[in-house]
Amino acid sequence: MDFLSILGNGVRGMFGPEAAIYAIAAIGLNVHFGYTGLLNFGQVAFMLVGAYGVAVSVATFGWSLWVGVLVGLGCAVVLALILGIPTLRLRGDYLAIATIAAGEILRYFYRSAYAEPLTGGVYGLRQFADPFFELNPFPPGRYGIGPIDFDSRSLWVMTVGWILVVLISLLVFLLVRSPWGRVLRAVREDELAARSLGKNVYSFKMQSLVLGGVIGAVGGALLAINVQSVQPDSYNPVTTFYLYAILILGGAGTIFGPIIGSIIFWFIVTFFDAFLRSAVGAGWFGDLIDGADVGAIRFVLVGLGLMLLMAFRPAGILGDPKELRLDVR
Amino acid sequence: MSAEPAAPGPAGAGLAGVRPEPGVAKPDPILVVDGVARYFGGLRAVDVDHLEVQRGTITSLIGPNGAGKSTFFNLVTGFDKPNQGRWTFEGQQLAGVPAYRIARRGMVRTFQLTKTLGRLTTIENVKLGATGQRGEHFLPAIFRPSWAHQEREIEARADELLERFNLAHMRNEFAGTMSGGQRKLLEMARALMVHPRLLMLDEPMAGVNPALTQSLLGHITALRDDGMTIILVEHDMDVVMGVSDWVACFAEGRLIAEGTPRDIRANKAVIDAYLGSSRALPEETAPVDPAQPDEVEDTP
Repeated sequence: MDFLSILGNGVRGMFGPEAAIYAIAAIGLNVHFGYTGLLNFGQVAFMLVGAYGVAVSVATFGWSLWVGVLVGLGCAVVLALILGIPTLRLRGDYLAIATIAAGEILRYFYRSAYAEPLTGGVYGLRQFADPFFELNPFPPGRYGIGPIDFDSRSLWVMTVGWILVVLISLLVFLLVRSPWGRVLRAVREDELAARSLGKNVYSFKMQSLVLGGVIGAVGGALLAINVQSVQPDSYNPVTTFYLYAILILGGAGTIFGPIIGSIIFWFIVTFFDAFLRSAVGAGWFGDLIDGADVGAIRFVLVGLGLMLLMAFRPAGILGDPKELRLDVR
Repeated sequence: MSAEPAAPGPAGAGLAGVRPEPGVAKPDPILVVDGVARYFGGLRAVDVDHLEVQRGTITSLIGPNGAGKSTFFNLVTGFDKPNQGRWTFEGQQLAGVPAYRIARRGMVRTFQLTKTLGRLTTIENVKLGATGQRGEHFLPAIFRPSWAHQEREIEARADELLERFNLAHMRNEFAGTMSGGQRKLLEMARALMVHPRLLMLDEPMAGVNPALTQSLLGHITALRDDGMTIILVEHDMDVVMGVSDWVACFAEGRLIAEGTPRDIRANKAVIDAYLGSSRALPEETAPVDPAQPDEVEDTP
């Protein structure tokens, strides 16, 4: 059993394109849930419209990739408005119900035979991101140290991904430290109090929903570009819950929470994936576990990790545990 | 405060000669309510034919539990919608105006159950109250220089208020760590940041220790003396009789009596509403607290 290569796999997962993409989507969710207290259970829907915005624009309409990205972000704005206008005046639970349903509705719509001429139906669309990879400054080959290495394609997506993570985090940082962010946090604590002080709570919640949704769409667009394909069934509701796991792991309502959370989440997932596979290969578990079970077991371990976290650091890795002890009324 | 004269003080002088009857017209009303009614199913929670509140006075709303005082507060501040009725604040129609706009127009309320923003610091809580903040708009928020100057002014004003309400030592603590009494003070300080002309306090003394009650009362009368109008919902009759220039009594959603504290004490309808028709309130020298505030309270 090559422990170094297993660890290498884990480290590769920590910094790989997926970690950056999930970090971006989790930053969007952090704006919703961490700073505004909006229960968005359909962040994957924003990723989906971002991804399909790119794919449909390029593969179906033959527009440029960059126009496609803008179309994806525009779709996220529209989706946020559609979700927000009817629900944001109501109690928080209604947004939760509407968003979780919207995610599934969109997935079924995009995979339906009706939408197939546009979206490719269940087969999705592919090979629409060539202009992105044509800009790749890294010559083909493998880059890295020892067991941690990436091909030039991944390295390019990673570079762009982590730069986006930094830029988006900076934007969110500037916003939440401003009086605007103060109102968001006030809305999270008590909507009525914010309203009694003359704040248009509905408008702030809408701005938050749009901003976080657009950030989610950036993640979705990058996800589509990374694999050069979109398929409706990769945008499951479970993705949203991975994002919540990431956010809670890192610490909701903190700037670095979603980033640290995504790094840890992807380390656990890829490390245990490699570890379990080689352990199964070496016959450690006998007939108890075979290769097909590994995918599920690593998420069991993520769940276990979350449970331990809730027991010992309930505010997340970066959260301030003092906040949880407060008598928040 | 129970030793204070029950007749209107200098600030209530405008009320001299106003007859103590429900719905009576005042010389200079800041708030005029007309036919506001709210039903919860078949229950008539509030049904006020006419009520005027004189500018620059402390007007108390009293009444037994369930009389509709808090619902009335919610209605006129836009936190609940009446089934019918109109009301004006400084001559402007407010029916259908959203709560946040009513607050911006200068009619600011506090809550019976304090609504401190627990995971914001005390100073952030107070700064939040300032209106017209440029930094609350999305794009300017990103560029600190566009709001930094205004923010400094707001912070200076907030610090002044914290000083005035003896909360300066809590400045950088999470508001969630405060005691019940401190929360009441914080809510009042925060409301003052909005520059209210009419401050509506929903049971500001509930769950507050007696020493702090005195200081809260001092703040309230000082605000009145600065020219602010204050409406108060309160259960503690000592407080009401001592501090009010005018008292309005609700029972079963209706305005049943109005007058100076002295008038109200002798008013038969009020005594009946509180105690049933066969009893009488004790004499003026020993005011009692007939209405035990047994609604859910915010205790420290």
